Amino acid sequence: MVKKTAIYDGHKKLGAKIVEFAGFLMPLQYKNGIFSEVKRVRQTVGLFDVSHMGEVEIKGKGALEFIDYITINDASQLEEYQVQYSAMCYDNGGIVDDLLVYRLPDRYLLVVNASNTDKDFEWILKNKRGEVEISNISDSITQLAIQGPVAEKVIQKLTALVLTNLDFYWSTETKVSGKDCILSRTGYTGEDGFEIYVKNESGTKLWNDVLNSGREFNIEPVGLGSRDLLRLEMKYCLYGNDIDKTTTPLEAGLSWITKLEKENFIGKEALLKQKEEGIKRKLVCFEMLEKGMPRHHYEIFVKEKKVGFVTSGNFSPSINKFIGLGYIDKPFHKSDTEIFIDIRDVKKKAVVVKAPFYKNASHK
Amino acid sequence: MNVPDNLRYTKDHEWVRLEGEFAFEGLTDYAQSQLADIVTFELKPVGSKFKKNEIFGSVEAVKAVADLYMVVGGEIVEVNQKIMNTPETVNQDPYGEGWIIKVKMDNPDEYNESLTPDDYKKLIAEQS
Repeated sequence: MVKKTAIYDGHKKLGAKIVEFAGFLMPLQYKNGIFSEVKRVRQTVGLFDVSHMGEVEIKGKGALEFIDYITINDASQLEEYQVQYSAMCYDNGGIVDDLLVYRLPDRYLLVVNASNTDKDFEWILKNKRGEVEISNISDSITQLAIQGPVAEKVIQKLTALVLTNLDFYWSTETKVSGKDCILSRTGYTGEDGFEIYVKNESGTKLWNDVLNSGREFNIEPVGLGSRDLLRLEMKYCLYGNDIDKTTTPLEAGLSWITKLEKENFIGKEALLKQKEEGIKRKLVCFEMLEKGMPRHHYEIFVKEKKVGFVTSGNFSPSINKFIGLGYIDKPFHKSDTEIFIDIRDVKKKAVVVKAPFYKNASHK
Repeated sequence: MNVPDNLRYTKDHEWVRLEGEFAFEGLTDYAQSQLADIVTFELKPVGSKFKKNEIFGSVEAVKAVADLYMVVGGEIVEVNQKIMNTPETVNQDPYGEGWIIKVKMDNPDEYNESLTPDDYKKLIAEQS
């Protein structure tokens, strides 16, 4: 059965184009279109309903040790209320999902991709060890993301908490708009911004209050279409496109969250081995030198030789170029390498560039 | 979805409008909505001749790429420069400012073979 978020009716009222994504009816875009929404977030502020995201709560004496075992980043380094970007891997080093880990005083919260929530929950249960209590609370939680250079001003009007004290990748439990929530300075756009988790019954009020508070900054509701572009412009990975069970974090450029020196975690042996042997391909950014839209699965060539494939691609309204991500075999992964993307049987010239595509984001 | 009564349509979500011996062709409101933000058109040049249903170009948009088919056969006598420079015109005004090509028709009877507004409304109702 396809699900609706608590704010579904609100989206309809605002003229959203609704699409099914990961089993949810979600706003793809509103009236002004995807490129206009990207600009809104880059220039001032946009509001996303991302309630499709999954939330798994882990409690109990063994929680930290367990999370450290199932994730690749070092959860033991987390201080209370700190947030960490991490991933879960299979034994062979392939990626189960990428996620955020919140360390709260009495529990941990794992925020996972909507398309993976059920798979992740099963995986976590299957690997359960120690004294832990695991619950999938996804269906009861509304998650909003307020993103853009003036996001702080919008949220500051709705909370007594002094937001300048909340640093990037930190969270707190507080009230926003009178509703109990988890508030974190996090996001998927490269801009300054916040993510707020509330119970579903508070969702619509919070959504409306944020829109009202942001009116003086020309806030707009923004949908999944702009979210995908904003993250692509920053080279943030999307599960199912850029990372999946066939790719490892080392290949995806996520070695910065892969703590191989940790004592033990699922996938460690395979990843250590891959590191020792050296990775054979790498996820890189490229810009088209000839007009053409690179899309998922298109093949990448150097001269006549196939050297990789596109994982994500689009037109970037922020830098006015066609851009993409793809896995490219070494040594063709290096910046400035000239490559060709096979776009509907025509090979179009592109060049490997350094991440991110968009270099003026308010949070880098 | 907007489906004006004064136009004819195709199953490929294009519209056609007659003006004397000429036909104007474009993408329907349904098509632009499915494609999302349109980024670029690649069209064969003025002077090219095609039969009905032949491909005369393509449209690239955020969500998809699509070929463009001649609704009626003939010679392309004009390409709308406005959509070449600002492709979003087709998202904003698909039946007006967002027309794509003007064709000098070989056989005006082909116009009558296209879908009526009612037929087209049925088609998109089935597809959405």
